Amino acid sequence: METQQLIPHLFRTEYRKITAVLCKLFGIEHIEIAEDIASETFLAAVETWSYKGLPPNPTAWLYAVAKNKAKNHLTHYSIFNDKVAGRISEDDSLISEIEIDWSEHHITDSQLQMLFAICHPVISPESQIGLALRILCGFGIDEIADAFLTNKDLINKRLFRAKEKLRLEKVPIEFPGATEIDNRLQNVATTLYLLFNEGYYSESKDAVVRKDLCLEAMRLTYLLIENEQTNQPSINALMALMCFYSSRFEARKNENGEMILYHEQDENLWNAELISRGMHFLSNAATGDQISKYHIEASIAYWHTIKADTPEKWERILQLFNQLLYMEYSPIAALNRTYALSKVHGKAAAIEEAEKLDLKDNRFYFALLGELYKDIDNFKSKMNFHRALALAKTQTDRQTIQKQIDKL
Amino acid sequence: MLIFRHEDGGKIASPEQMQIWMKQTMDWIGGIAAQNKFTVGNGLPFDDSRVVWHNNVVTNGPFGDIKETIGGYIIVKAESVEEAVEFAKGCPVLQGDGNSVEVRKIARGDGTH
Repeated sequence: METQQLIPHLFRTEYRKITAVLCKLFGIEHIEIAEDIASETFLAAVETWSYKGLPPNPTAWLYAVAKNKAKNHLTHYSIFNDKVAGRISEDDSLISEIEIDWSEHHITDSQLQMLFAICHPVISPESQIGLALRILCGFGIDEIADAFLTNKDLINKRLFRAKEKLRLEKVPIEFPGATEIDNRLQNVATTLYLLFNEGYYSESKDAVVRKDLCLEAMRLTYLLIENEQTNQPSINALMALMCFYSSRFEARKNENGEMILYHEQDENLWNAELISRGMHFLSNAATGDQISKYHIEASIAYWHTIKADTPEKWERILQLFNQLLYMEYSPIAALNRTYALSKVHGKAAAIEEAEKLDLKDNRFYFALLGELYKDIDNFKSKMNFHRALALAKTQTDRQTIQKQIDKL
Repeated sequence: MLIFRHEDGGKIASPEQMQIWMKQTMDWIGGIAAQNKFTVGNGLPFDDSRVVWHNNVVTNGPFGDIKETIGGYIIVKAESVEEAVEFAKGCPVLQGDGNSVEVRKIARGDGTH
């Protein structure tokens, strides 16, 4: 690989490892120093490698440089401390002997422990996702801003405040105790679930960023599965649902970025390998006596990987949506349940149920009514699609709905 | 709270019929949950139930002189008793002759209701 290609590639894979390990070493209060050292290391790589050529082992080179920079930083820090505090440092010997553990095991643990620190309930879910993207996925501020459909300044401010909060609360970078791990793991799972959704449902135009968000969410979830303490049924269910959903990634949008509805998708574009991996994780999830919402969502997603419109399929999907709604209400689940109901009990019954949903500011609500009234009352169908159009947020959204209107 | 009063379905219907009723009940509750109005609910199976009487006399079965007794309940979030009654009207239990759904308010527990 040429230097120009190798550096971005290594940045993607190694930046987060260096940051996580250094952050673990310095403590969360010095999270920015860890980020700075990781960035400076890559800057040094760009300068040195383009001038001197690639070193024999680029990754080891990065770790060595990062280690020296960390050492220098600690030396400066102790000199500063000495001068200000006016005392002789007892840590000099410690600094000159500092060893940084770059073993694969330590890197993985550091990343997992960072994940727990970042997903601490003292900061908002949005900040948790932002920090995870920055620290654990190595995303640039531009990319994060793009994913959240907002600007760089806002993301910078949000991340800065989140780091301040972690610093003030002295959140430790460690695995929670055995009794606390279940609670905290749920929080981590929620963040990863939201991160995945951010990619899957994102309205960002950049398809690469969207896909990367999903892949990173899956990578981090997989880290949890590989660790004995965190390899729990709900995490396997979460992984299964991510596999099933992402199996349809290529089939969901056409080359113009327009949404392709489920029943119009080309199933040849569905990824069979991801489907079978999803089934593997779903069967691993079927242990223990707790059913999480991820179990139910993964089961729904599993039934969606079967293209044939059998009565059994829709009956099962309807019951799963019922169960999901008993557990936790969400507008999107309510709408999807109503669609499944139309498949089982017919459009007339579904329209009656749909009219009771109080979702008059939701474009998907009117799109659903438009779909249900199709062939029953095409005038009402059109009217509802027009209301959906008025609520549409993006150009591609409008195109997708307009297509439905044109077909009528 | 919507309280279902009916006979022990297991004694009067086939397992297939029971399954159909079950699905209807799930769909009915799903419809309430889809409106974000469902709080919690439980079926109360009839088998292996007991009644504890005055002087700690324990008998089998929850039934006094009536056939219909409590078979389950759900708690909904309703704006008014009328809205809760509308929910109750859709309850599949009502297909049975003599069955009923009782609509009751839950005391707030603040001393004043």
